[in-house]
Amino acid sequence: MSKVITLKKGLDIHLNGVAEKRAGDAEKAVFYAVKPVDFRLIPKLSVKAGDAVKAGDVLFTDKANPAIRFTSPVSGTVESVNRGERRKMLEVVVKASPEIEYVDFGRADVNTLSREELTERMLESGVWPLLIQRPYGIIADPGVTPKAVFVSAFDSSPLAPDFDFILKGEEKALQAGIDCLKKLCGKEVNLGVKAGTAADSVFLKLKNTVVTRFKGPHPAGNTGVQINHLNPINKGEFVWTINIQDLVILGRLFTEGRYDARKTIALTGSEVSAPAYYHTLSGAQISSLTEGKLKNRVHQRIISGNVLTGQKVPADNFLGFYANQITVIPEGDYSEFLGWAMPGFGKFSATKLFPSFLCPKKSYSLDANYHGEARAFVVSGQYDKVFPMDILPVYLLKAALAGDIDKMEQLGIYEVLPEDMALCEFVCTSKTPVQQILGDGIDLMIKETN
Amino acid sequence: MIRRMKFLRNYLDKIKPNFEKGGKLEKLHSVFTGFESFLFVPAHTTRSGAHIRDAADMKRTMIVVVLALVPALLFGMYNAGYQHFLATGALAGAGFWQLFLYGFLKVLPMIVVSYAVGLSIEFAVAQIKGHEINEGFLVSGLLIPMIMPVEAPLWMIGLSTAFAVIIGKEIFGGTGMNIWNPALLARAFFFFSYPSMISGDAVWIAGKPDAFSGATPLAEAAVGNPLPDTATLFWGLIPGSIGETSTFCILLGALLLLATGIASWKIMLSVFAGGYLTALLIGSLLPADNVYAHVDALQHLLIGGFAFGAVFMATDPVTSAQTGKGKFIYGLLVGVMAIVIRTLNPGYPEGMMLAILLMNTFAPLIDWFVVQGNINRRLKRIKATS
Repeated sequence: MSKVITLKKGLDIHLNGVAEKRAGDAEKAVFYAVKPVDFRLIPKLSVKAGDAVKAGDVLFTDKANPAIRFTSPVSGTVESVNRGERRKMLEVVVKASPEIEYVDFGRADVNTLSREELTERMLESGVWPLLIQRPYGIIADPGVTPKAVFVSAFDSSPLAPDFDFILKGEEKALQAGIDCLKKLCGKEVNLGVKAGTAADSVFLKLKNTVVTRFKGPHPAGNTGVQINHLNPINKGEFVWTINIQDLVILGRLFTEGRYDARKTIALTGSEVSAPAYYHTLSGAQISSLTEGKLKNRVHQRIISGNVLTGQKVPADNFLGFYANQITVIPEGDYSEFLGWAMPGFGKFSATKLFPSFLCPKKSYSLDANYHGEARAFVVSGQYDKVFPMDILPVYLLKAALAGDIDKMEQLGIYEVLPEDMALCEFVCTSKTPVQQILGDGIDLMIKETN
Repeated sequence: MIRRMKFLRNYLDKIKPNFEKGGKLEKLHSVFTGFESFLFVPAHTTRSGAHIRDAADMKRTMIVVVLALVPALLFGMYNAGYQHFLATGALAGAGFWQLFLYGFLKVLPMIVVSYAVGLSIEFAVAQIKGHEINEGFLVSGLLIPMIMPVEAPLWMIGLSTAFAVIIGKEIFGGTGMNIWNPALLARAFFFFSYPSMISGDAVWIAGKPDAFSGATPLAEAAVGNPLPDTATLFWGLIPGSIGETSTFCILLGALLLLATGIASWKIMLSVFAGGYLTALLIGSLLPADNVYAHVDALQHLLIGGFAFGAVFMATDPVTSAQTGKGKFIYGLLVGVMAIVIRTLNPGYPEGMMLAILLMNTFAPLIDWFVVQGNINRRLKRIKATS
């Protein structure tokens, strides 16, 4: 029997719009894009508008480390390179050809390849950036051997997709991915599964893994939390992680010999008429998933990702590189008369200041309204209730605000990513931009320590 | 609900340009936005980070604290009337509403002065600094009159409030940045500036005839006079600062604060525990000639401002310790210091105010040790692995 870790701290936010367990094909998108803004790097463009590409051909590279390539998920022609303020590269858009042509990287048995050969193939095909390195949540450095690899087989965030459902039938690719990770790290892969996972789950059949079961509310499914409880990151140590669905894409590189970026996306949220799962490709234009599937209303917010950590995107934007989910919620841009004084039925609060605590199982249709205004830190102990790590969140944030890299290091900056503190931001009475502050702190650490 | 007040929303939108930069009422910008956000939760939506946010905000939090103060406040008004009519010997002929109205008319001006002075300063500072109005003073403004004697002159209350808001809060950067509890700082200023108006036996009963002894149980206990029985002390028909006398009403407020999770149970519990244990210990250690030290430990918690301080002031999240363990240490020391100051100083019978202000000062130090403990655990981990 595998180890069980029970987390008491955290918060499950029940929202309306859970995806029903049925998967269909999304409309075939015309445009696909890879967005440099999904990564912490300066991109160097390798193509220009009009170039013909196959799936797996490089679009741009990391300027600081040209070996790290970002490749096209489809074949077709480069439509445009969209830029934002100060010519910052936002997205490289590819217009898809009717049938996908793949660059052939050659099928291979992972176990017969050396670590160098694996790395080489992953870099060349563009699946390497799927590997995330902690500290800081950056793309893994090929020159590093991590002390451990962690994969979380479940997402505990609001309206999260059910990977057990999505990845049924992908056992072969999953196993190839796991084997590859094992070879990269030299150790068995840590797999975090949800307590109560059925014995016939695809995840429990995987070999070369050390399974740990996690019980408790969100963020129990975050790799950051799982690492913290099993093998916390100290200064100078590296841990690699990968999304469980991205692990399949990694595995397919060896089982199929190509960059096959098929993904199943959960279309969720209270503004979706019939929330469900859709098969699509990484980087697909979001409208291909949402068009005709949303409730007929204005003032909607489309989020690539979940409501706690995702990016607000217009419908003509593209699915994020790491996204498994699209959430659509009401924008909530209304002003409410004496909203702070009313009983507030239908509102959700982690505190007992609203009646929501009386029915903990109820689901809500929450919008993006701030419900108040930003203030200085006043209420204490609030973050600790939703942050299941031995880290003092407010002190870490204050160190980040002060730009004090020594203090950040002492207080555990290596162990957290903004996503791990997203619930702190949700519950904050003072409406402090927690993820922004932590992200800035991490940027500063990267800048000052490299 | 949202639509119902549309006319008001429209009116605010119409007059808003006057208060913006370049408008003719630009100098009242902070006042306008303060009132606007009081009437309407703004239509702001999230731009970075989590897209959804908890429904609770600072206004909701503060208003619940104000609600928690209401039982003690209403009782304080009634008690002000009760003590007056008792002292003048007219109690038998006076009805409930007569007593309450008398006290109400005594206390209301104090509240008005405290709010008027404090909020004016808040608005002015917000305007100068380009800040938004903070809700913190909603609570402080009510606490200040509640910890004053009923005969405190209004101008002194105003002056103390101004001192507390300016020196205690605004110079540190406003609500959330202050080191000491603003309401207690107002009382401390009053106490050291006009000691005769906040101690002795003349100030606790409104319109008291000279012949009547108006000493508080606290003062009686300090000189070894017998105390009223425990039940009387608990229900609170005794002389004292306006809000502090009824432990029962204070506990009602405590219940609300604990049920909603606004106040820390760790602090509240440990203040009472610290006070009780210290009173027991001091009673058994000190010689019998220190009569105050031999007051029953439970009665120590019921007299004076102990319960009020423990529930409403020691728990102030800004000025108390902020780490989990720190809260226990902080609370315990507040309780300990309050009883130590009471029994071991010959000059003044109350210790709660000074105990809390003292521990406010040391709260960051307590937290420092707790934070250091966290850092050391992390360092030890590195040593264990290397």
